[in-house]
Amino acid sequence: MTSTDHIGQSHRRENALRHLAGRGRFVTDLALPRMVHAAFVRSPMAKGKIVELDVSAAAEAPGVVRVFTAETLNPICAPWTGTLDHFAGMKSAPQNMLAEGQVLWAGHPVAMILAHSRAEAEDACELVLLDIEDEEAVVDGDAALVEGTPLVSEGIDSNLCFRTVLETPGLDEAFANAAHVVEDSFTFGRHTAVTLEPRAVVADFDPSTGQLTVHHGTQTPYQFQDVYAHQFGLPDNKVRVIAPDVGGSFGMKLHVYNEEMAVVAASLKLGRPVRFVADRLESFVSDVHARDHRVSARMAMDAQGTILAMDVDDMTQIGAISTYPRTSVAEGNQVIRLMGAPYTMPDYRGRLSVVFQNKVQTSQYRAVGHPIACAVTEALVDRAAEQLDLDPIEIRQRNLVADDAYPHVSATGYQFEKLSHHAALAKLREIMGYDALRAEQAELRKQGIYRGIGIASFVEITNPGAAFYGVGGARVSAQDGAIVRLTPSGEVHCAISVTEQGQGTETIIAQVVADQLGVTPDQVKVTTGDTDTTPSGGATWACRGAGIGGETALRAGRRLQAQILAIAGAVLQAEPATLALAGGTVVDKATGKERITLAEIGRIATYRPDTLPEGCDNSLTAVQHFAPTGYPFDFTNGIQASHVEVDIETGVTRLLKHWVVEDCGRIINPLLVDEQIRGGVVQGLGPAFFEECMYDDMGQMTNASLADYLVPMAGEMPDIEIAHIETPTLDTILGAKGVGEAGTAAAGAAAMNAVNDALRPMGARISQTPMTPLRILTALGHV
Amino acid sequence: MKSPAFEYVRAESVADAMSAYAEADGDAVYLSGGHSVVPSLALRLQAPALLIDLSNIAALSGISLHDGWLRIGAMTRHVQALKDPLIAAHAPLFTAAAPFVAHPAIRNRGTLGGSLAHADPASEFPAAAVAMRAELEIASSQGIRRVPADDFFVDIYETAIEPGEVLQAIHVPSPVAGQVIGFDEIARRRGDYAMVGAAVQAVSRGSGLEDVSIALFSVGNHPVRARKAQAALTGRMIDADAIADAQAALEDDLDPPDDPQFPASMRLHLARVLLGRVLANLEAVA
Amino acid sequence: MKADITLTVNGEAVRETVEPRTSLADLLRDNLRLTGTHLGCEMGACGACLVMLDGVAVHACLVLAVQADGQKVETIEGLNDSGLIKDLQETFHDRNALQCGFCTNGMLMSAYALLAGNSDPSRDEIRDALSGNYCRCTGYEAIVDAISAAADHRLNKAKGAQ
Repeated sequence: MTSTDHIGQSHRRENALRHLAGRGRFVTDLALPRMVHAAFVRSPMAKGKIVELDVSAAAEAPGVVRVFTAETLNPICAPWTGTLDHFAGMKSAPQNMLAEGQVLWAGHPVAMILAHSRAEAEDACELVLLDIEDEEAVVDGDAALVEGTPLVSEGIDSNLCFRTVLETPGLDEAFANAAHVVEDSFTFGRHTAVTLEPRAVVADFDPSTGQLTVHHGTQTPYQFQDVYAHQFGLPDNKVRVIAPDVGGSFGMKLHVYNEEMAVVAASLKLGRPVRFVADRLESFVSDVHARDHRVSARMAMDAQGTILAMDVDDMTQIGAISTYPRTSVAEGNQVIRLMGAPYTMPDYRGRLSVVFQNKVQTSQYRAVGHPIACAVTEALVDRAAEQLDLDPIEIRQRNLVADDAYPHVSATGYQFEKLSHHAALAKLREIMGYDALRAEQAELRKQGIYRGIGIASFVEITNPGAAFYGVGGARVSAQDGAIVRLTPSGEVHCAISVTEQGQGTETIIAQVVADQLGVTPDQVKVTTGDTDTTPSGGATWACRGAGIGGETALRAGRRLQAQILAIAGAVLQAEPATLALAGGTVVDKATGKERITLAEIGRIATYRPDTLPEGCDNSLTAVQHFAPTGYPFDFTNGIQASHVEVDIETGVTRLLKHWVVEDCGRIINPLLVDEQIRGGVVQGLGPAFFEECMYDDMGQMTNASLADYLVPMAGEMPDIEIAHIETPTLDTILGAKGVGEAGTAAAGAAAMNAVNDALRPMGARISQTPMTPLRILTALGHV
Repeated sequence: MKSPAFEYVRAESVADAMSAYAEADGDAVYLSGGHSVVPSLALRLQAPALLIDLSNIAALSGISLHDGWLRIGAMTRHVQALKDPLIAAHAPLFTAAAPFVAHPAIRNRGTLGGSLAHADPASEFPAAAVAMRAELEIASSQGIRRVPADDFFVDIYETAIEPGEVLQAIHVPSPVAGQVIGFDEIARRRGDYAMVGAAVQAVSRGSGLEDVSIALFSVGNHPVRARKAQAALTGRMIDADAIADAQAALEDDLDPPDDPQFPASMRLHLARVLLGRVLANLEAVA
Repeated sequence: MKADITLTVNGEAVRETVEPRTSLADLLRDNLRLTGTHLGCEMGACGACLVMLDGVAVHACLVLAVQADGQKVETIEGLNDSGLIKDLQETFHDRNALQCGFCTNGMLMSAYALLAGNSDPSRDEIRDALSGNYCRCTGYEAIVDAISAAADHRLNKAKGAQ
């Protein structure tokens, strides 16, 4: 039995106090002795050949310490290629830090300037003579595949990065026998993470010891320890990556970037600290972008509205190169595997084409693939409801996998241990007052006010094992590790590989450990984000902090508990099994009576180990690594609803309210879980209504500043009401699953259904995101 | 995003400022609130040798009433347009426009004069100035002149201010009995530049509207006076027909820019919708 | 040419020599090492760099250090030490109104400025006051709740004092 004194409670985050006091410790804030600042000369063109690159004037500029080009920097770094074996046949051109001969997107770094200040480095950038022979850029994914279109880069034989098809044997028959078929084509815009703290890195190589320390704003420090060691030929124990406070990551900061690699290389070359902080303009043309899909899809139903099959074709546009080490294929791969996931749908065909073009690379970003699969599925379900004259709730009741029908395998092969779609749907209906909202909607339409209600069921992939990347050869850890120890004064310290970017990782780990050791969470100090002081692990990606990190901490805590009880048993001449930990002390299990304090255990084990029996382990330190077993992933499920008002004269939308019912298994901290969901929802609503990286025909991003790229702001975002179902996974003792991506997974889908519900009386539809006033007015025939 | 190097001088008088400008051979930029100049420097869109700070010049500040005109010093902050009772009473379209201008911290520092001199075609205060028939007081080495707002806004980011001249103040004629105003805009997010905006002023008499003044913004290279729409409303009571006629007249009044992200037809459509809404909600101010 | 400037930062007199192009934000962060003021866009669009300048909230990225010569600057560090935002810090903590913490400085500045001029703001007024503060993590609702709760506490305290 797990003690539940603190697991399940809304503990506040201790580390929030530092931020509230202005005492955050971000890489951006770091200044080291002899540190120099990097700025990059970037290609102004989307594609071309470098004809001339003359850095001599820049090298002489005030404050400049060194200028590097591909010729002088790239040789110390092994090239990297963003392909994985389990994506059979995928290809991508090898990359290195600075462009070699050819530029592949507008923003591609060509030269690196190191100066005493960033301002001086930027001054010198203006002195670099860069002549590029413009070549025809490939800017559109469909056009990229047309015969005769130029190749996006050298080193590939076509602009198709990867193609795959999933198909069940009964697909054609299902469509042939269908009473109803609905179909639509969708366009999901390209958007980007816009973490408020941009990418930041300070690399500090000490040639006297051969020690490389990289302060890196990332969610995956161990991955980068491995990347730096391998690409630069260093022993990994001489590479220390420290990720202190990170100002947002969301998947964007776990990819290998040219600039970070160049900063490490420059520090190796110069033997002094080198700092790079992307400014916002650079962020827009060098951070990974996300999504950018065109999907054609159809859904077959019988006469009763039972979903028989879906047939989906996804073309996703990933930019000039596939990211390393996770590739840019994972997103599309999840899109085609998550289609129809909440439903009993027996047959399916999903075709995926991953296509290059001369733009910034796209890759994993919060809720990888989920928003696309969810939006397509749920839009078609709503279209089906319309065609069959069923209420959107009714059609979902008819098709969601029954709560007692688990385990269940989806048509795409995903295995679900136990989900709660119907309970979630019922709860959603209740908390949103669905029937009253429908009545209000009908009433308001008479007054010319058009409101829409949109619903979207979803599943989310969490707690991934090695099936995600490891099987494809990626050196991405699927296991995590923790060291829990009792200090000489009887306090607890936990060093763990999962990392914190504000989601509350350290707090929930403290809660889990506290419950194993009978202490309070504030007695447990948690250390994360430093490869020298914490065990190696996957850290934070694909929703694993609570489920995998929590389980690791739980098991480590239990090991330490056993050690403590063994020492206590020796000291007290009692059978350890008769003892327990509670209230910061060792107690008699039967009576709860205090026997000896943890401080006393710490004192004896540390200062008087001679008084313990021979062979008694006095280390008071437990190490535990844990990799998920059982199901390849622990899926969560939930449902969201969006209430939107559309001004049918202006195309302007107003988000009135949003609801989420979520089942992430065992909830460790309700306060933090709800805020993960809220933040995730808004991260899904942003690209549904506002966020889009816009490009012109030449491959130039035309809105690459925070004045022109519209992020979701407080004035436009709705209040979000949340309820829970709790179905713990039986794969772990803790029973927790992930929750970080659930909000983002379905918010846009619910919103698109809501807008289309509002537009329905006018016979208008929208199937492109973001749903801008222009697109809505176009749908309405006003433009 | 660090600015290129420049020299800086804080001028104590308009004459000081203008002579500093002359000494720099025109390779200088005046700095008032800095909320357009500083970002453009950080973006390296311009690289003047000298920045001349106008914030300490007494002649550019102050709000006072003279002979039926309100004089608003060019350094008056946006937030004062929102809160100052004299502006609310005598230049009410500035007060009505202010909540739409950016965000609280920007309004704390941005200046009315800076906004007018910058002349962003999507910005609110220039259109309010046109609709109120304001006059702009410009200092040059030859002396001071007043330019009607209609003649002040010349093109995109271009005004009647000649190089080296300083916008000193905005003069707004006080409202007359029966004056009504309306201001609104359609923007993607609160505080964003408008997709389309409208500033309207008129005098409501028993017989109908007189002295109708309509300035639309974000529909052309500068605030656009909608003369045909004004004519369509003159002498008429505000009703559905009058509004429809004014909306229809915009076809002739406007020639919006065309852009794939924002087609001319959309701007025209939005301008019609917005004008209709503003006209239906005119408020009495005197 | 570098300029000598004197200003009061968090109650302390500060003399610095800066290039005219140095922003107030860079002066605070790089010269004075007051790193609680953050930079998210350097063009006044994100609100992470808000400070109080002579008593009003401004973007430290849009003010040149030389312009602040002779003026009083309060940063998050100063407001923290003064205790003036203690209630906001508590309600932000209670409500988990921050995640990564990078926007928090700006959010607290906007909240502080709002409550100084409006003791009983509606949720919509709070959202409006935050309209220039970007947060990627929270979705804003918790921040609105926290500011609303701090306003309520102040009102209740004022009532109790009567």
